[in-house]
Amino acid sequence: MLKTLQQLLHSMLASIRDLIPIVAVILFFQFFVLQQPLPNVGQLMLGVVFVVLGLTFFIHGLEQGLFPIGESMAHAFARKGSVFWLLLFAFALGFGTTVAEPALIAVAAEAANVAATGQMIENSMAAKASYADGLRFTVAFAVGLAIVIGVLRILKGWSIQWMIIGGYMLVVIMTLFAPKEIIGIAYDSGGVTTSTITVPLVTALGVGLASSIKGRNPMIDGFGLIAFASLSPMIFVMAYGMLI
Amino acid sequence: MDIVKDVIDTTLSTITDVLPIAVILFGFQFTVIRKKPANLMQILLGFVWVLLGLSLFLLGLELCLFPLGRLMAEQLTDPSFIHGSAAAAKGLEQISWQDYYWVYWFAFLIGFSTTIAEPSLIAVAIKANEVSAGAIGVWGLRLAVAVGVAMGISLGCYRIVVGDPIHWYIIAGYVVVVIQTCFAPKIIVPLAYDSGGVTTSTVTVPLVAALGLGLSETVPGRNPLIDGFGLIAFASLFPIISVMAYAQITAALARRNKNEDNAGPESDSRTG
Repeated sequence: MLKTLQQLLHSMLASIRDLIPIVAVILFFQFFVLQQPLPNVGQLMLGVVFVVLGLTFFIHGLEQGLFPIGESMAHAFARKGSVFWLLLFAFALGFGTTVAEPALIAVAAEAANVAATGQMIENSMAAKASYADGLRFTVAFAVGLAIVIGVLRILKGWSIQWMIIGGYMLVVIMTLFAPKEIIGIAYDSGGVTTSTITVPLVTALGVGLASSIKGRNPMIDGFGLIAFASLSPMIFVMAYGMLI
Repeated sequence: MDIVKDVIDTTLSTITDVLPIAVILFGFQFTVIRKKPANLMQILLGFVWVLLGLSLFLLGLELCLFPLGRLMAEQLTDPSFIHGSAAAAKGLEQISWQDYYWVYWFAFLIGFSTTIAEPSLIAVAIKANEVSAGAIGVWGLRLAVAVGVAMGISLGCYRIVVGDPIHWYIIAGYVVVVIQTCFAPKIIVPLAYDSGGVTTSTVTVPLVAALGLGLSETVPGRNPLIDGFGLIAFASLFPIISVMAYAQITAALARRNKNEDNAGPESDSRTG
């Protein structure tokens, strides 16, 4: 109990230090550039307290829960030796964490608006909703597939450079042919798919796998899953824009 | 009691966010692996901490940072702020991209500071530090990524102001990434690729999106639907470049140090 408290206190100090830059930037712009008083000081202070506590608890839970389970599952799968179940798990993790991602839902809705304005689809609620859902499932599928490919890479020891560079080249080529309205959204969708809970889990999975397979270096082979997860949605969203 | 309602709402939405993940994890744990993890209690407790922490974090952001940040993005891109002095001198039509200098500064600083506070980047930095046995510092990586995001977002704002097509910037960035990949230390490459996707989650995205939309609404001739997007792409491309650059600089410094004094190979190989 005492140890937990001590850890919490320690990481609370770290959280405060992490948040000082934001506070400084906001205050500087508010007072010196825009020259306006702070609105609602009480609410702001409360918000800052919440953010500090939240970050502290999150990092604590990360080290207690997310990292250990990610790694222990990676080790268990490596011992079990069943590639099929491992890949299925990888897909489920990628798909499941993305399909419910709030940032993605927001981007998909926005993309449907763009598509309707650009007369790619009919400008009605139903058409927009089905376009947004289609896009959301496309991205989730893309992330699931990306994690599968990334895990296969770790198993086989393929070098990441050529796969990522090849992927980028595909993005560049597709950019030339994709409808102009979808390009910005496609590029952004790569960034929004990887949420705060997915990233630690996927990282722990990769590092755990690489460290339990002989001949793999966790530093070289363990990282890179997130790179795949942020590259493949760009390709799939542009493909979606071209097909529909 | 609006706050109580907010607390409940945020907690519920975090639970729906975490639930599918928990179902997948524990589903596979009990049906496929069929073994209880050694420290199940600790892990479950960890999930509770994560849930609690994320809810509080999002709630706090919604209470303080987001409204203020969005308001600032609006005010800084507001014609009357930007055009204030410039418009008087040159007339409304001839505002050049330099007149938006405060926007670039804001983009740079807010990109830097929100990245420092990004929880998923902290997570990856902790892991990278652990796996590399300390060779990659937690702060070194975080600062490198933050500088990358900062430069990316300010360049992205410049692009919105001048109205260049986004893909030339992104393609040029990819070319730099490919060239750097050939020369950067092997060990950093996967981590650098990862740091692109890591940077843009909870804290950065809402503020940056507000900035992009505000800017594209204000600048004459920009279409928010087309030009408002794309800042996040900049924010996830540039950290790849800056992390590789960080590793290259560190390696170069280490080499120079070694050449200068051959006495101690451990002298100071971890600058930064």
